[in-house]
Amino acid sequence: MATTIDAPILSQDPVIAGDPPGISAWPRNIWKFCKRKPLGAFGGFVIVLMLVAAVFVDGAIVGVNKPLLAPSGYNEQHIRRAQVDQGPSLSHIMGTDELGRDIFSRILYGARISVIIGFSSVIIAAAVSLAFGTISGYYGGWFDIIVQRIVDIILSIPAIILLLFALTVFAARAGPYTRMFWIILIVGFLISFASVRVIRGAAISAANNQYVDAARTIGASNMRIVFRHIVPNVIPVVIVLSTVQLGTAILAEATISFLGYGIPSPFPSWGAMLNLSGSAQFRIQPLQAVWPGVAIALTVYAFNMFGDALRDVLDPRLRGGR
Amino acid sequence: MRPYIIKRLLLSIPTLIGVSLIVFFMVRAIPGDVVQQISGDAPVTPEFRAQVQQDLGLDKPAYEQYVYWLGNSLRLDFGTSLRDRQSITHRLKNTLPVTLEMAILALLVSLIIAIPIGMISAMRQDSVVDYVSRSVAIGFLAVPTFWLGTMIIVYSSVWFTKATPQAQAYQQFWENPYQNLKFLLFPFGYFIPVGPAVILGVSLSGTVMRLMRAQMLEVLRQDYVRTAWAKGLQERRVVVGHALKNALIPVITVIGLQIPIIVGGSVIVESIFNVPGMGQWFFQAIGFRDYTAVQAIALLIAVAVVISNLLVDITYAYLDPRIRYS
Repeated sequence: MATTIDAPILSQDPVIAGDPPGISAWPRNIWKFCKRKPLGAFGGFVIVLMLVAAVFVDGAIVGVNKPLLAPSGYNEQHIRRAQVDQGPSLSHIMGTDELGRDIFSRILYGARISVIIGFSSVIIAAAVSLAFGTISGYYGGWFDIIVQRIVDIILSIPAIILLLFALTVFAARAGPYTRMFWIILIVGFLISFASVRVIRGAAISAANNQYVDAARTIGASNMRIVFRHIVPNVIPVVIVLSTVQLGTAILAEATISFLGYGIPSPFPSWGAMLNLSGSAQFRIQPLQAVWPGVAIALTVYAFNMFGDALRDVLDPRLRGGR
Repeated sequence: MRPYIIKRLLLSIPTLIGVSLIVFFMVRAIPGDVVQQISGDAPVTPEFRAQVQQDLGLDKPAYEQYVYWLGNSLRLDFGTSLRDRQSITHRLKNTLPVTLEMAILALLVSLIIAIPIGMISAMRQDSVVDYVSRSVAIGFLAVPTFWLGTMIIVYSSVWFTKATPQAQAYQQFWENPYQNLKFLLFPFGYFIPVGPAVILGVSLSGTVMRLMRAQMLEVLRQDYVRTAWAKGLQERRVVVGHALKNALIPVITVIGLQIPIIVGGSVIVESIFNVPGMGQWFFQAIGFRDYTAVQAIALLIAVAVVISNLLVDITYAYLDPRIRYS
C-alpha cells in the first residue's frame, strides 16, 4: 500500500519529472516569469541594474573607500583642458556638464539618491497604509469613518501643491540631509494616503472569508485574526502597490528637484540635473538634458511594468484596474 | 436619486472644512517665527512685521483668524499678496481663465490622442498594434512632463532657433483668439504642435488610453454587440454606432477625476513655457513665501476637486442605478 501512495508523489517531484538534477525552484521560476511576462522581466532587469548602480557606484556602502563603478566623483570637476560642456567621448561617455563634471558618474550617483528616497518613502507608505488600512477595514466603525474622511481631504489637494507647500513650511532652511529626510517623510505620507483605500478594501474582502468566521467561532482574539488571517491576505496587495509606487516616489522626487525644491546642489539628483533655471545651459550641449530624463523615464517605466507583471502573478484579482 | 445626492452633498461638507483647515494651519505650522520665515534671509523691518501680522491676522487667536479668513474667502475676498500688496482676487481673475483654458485644451488633446488609439487597440486585441499602443501608453505615463517640456524648449531652440515665448506675449482668448491658441498649442510654428496644452494633454492621454481600451474590450463582449454582428453590420457601424458610446461614458466621467493631475501638471508646464496662469503663479508664490496667495490658490483648487468628484459620483449614480442603492 505504501508504494501506491508514494508513487504519484514521487513522480510529481520536480527532480524526477525530467529536470536536470540540482536545479532549485528559484531560477526556474524566474525563467518562467521571463517567458510569460517579457516586459515585466525587462522592468525587473532595469531595477536590478539601478540597484547595482546605487550600491556599487562607490565603496561607501560596501565599506571600501574608493570609486567602484563611477569613473569619477559626483562633484569632481574636469576643467583642465576645457573639459566643460563636452559631448560624449571615450573618457566621458555621456559628456561633461557646465562645471566639467562627468555626467555618467552623476547619473550613477543619482541612482543612489533615487533608490534611497524611493525605497525609504515607500517603506513608510507601506507601513502606514498597512496599519491604517487593515484596522480601518477590519474594525470599521468611527475609526474607519474618520480615516476615510482624512484620506478624502488629503486626496482633494493636488500632491504637488501639498509637497511644495509642506517643503517650504517644514524644510525651508534645512541642510541637504535634513531636506532629504523631509522629502522622504512627506512623499511617504502622501503615497500612503492613496493606498490606504486599496488596502482597506483588501482587508474587508479578507475579513469576509469563511475561515475568519471559523477562527472567531473557536475563540480566536481579534489580534490573532488580524495577524494570522487578514494581514497575510493583504501583503500581496501591499507588495504590488509598493512596486508601482516606487516609480511614483522617484518621479515625485525628480519633479520637486526639477522645480528647485529637492536635494540641493552639488548632490546629483536626476531631477535637479534638469533644473528649470539651468535650461538656458542645455542649448550649448543639448544631450545634457537627455541623459537624466532617460534615466527617470526608464526607471518609472521599469517599476510600472514590473509592478503590472507582479500583480498578474501575485494577485490576479487586481487585474483590469485603471 | 435625491437621497443619494443629498447624502453625497452632506459628505462633501466635512471634506471641504478639512481642506480649509489644512490649507490654513499649514502656514501656522511654520516652525519658529513666521514673519522671519516669510522674509527669508532678508532682515525683518518693523513695518514688514506689522504688515504681515496684519495680513495674516497673527495678533488674534488662531480660531478667530481661521473664521475670519474662511468668511472672507467665501465672499471671494482672499486679501492682498504678501509680496506686492496687490489684490489676490484681482490676480485670480487674470490667471484662472488661462489655466482653465489650458486644462480644457489639454483634455481635448488627450481625448483626440487616446480615444482612437484605445479603440483600435481593443478592436485588435493582442495584435502588434495593440502591443505598440499599450507600450506607448505606459511610456506616456513614465516620461515626466517636466522632461518632455524641457526637451521641447531645448531642441526647438537648437534645431529651429526658436525662443520660448515670454509671458508678456500671452493674450487672453477674448482679446485675440488666434494669438492665444498659437501660444498654447503652436508656440514654435505651425505644424509643430508642442505647446504647453499639448504637452499636458499627452501626459494625460496615457491613463485615458488604458481606460478606453479596457472599457472597449468590456463593451465588445456584450450580447447586444454580438447581435449587431449577427445582423451583418459592418465593423465600422458596430464599433462606432453600438459600442463606442457605451465605452465612452466611464472615460468621460473619469476625466472629472483627472483635475488634481491637470493642476499638478499645469504648475510644471506653465513654469516651463512661461504661461501666465494659476500654476505659474502658485510656483512663484511658493518661491516668495507669499502665503496668502498660496492659501488662496490651494483652497480654490481643492474646492474645484471636491466639486468635480461630487459631479462624477452623481453622474455615475445617474447612469448606473446600482451605485445609488449600495
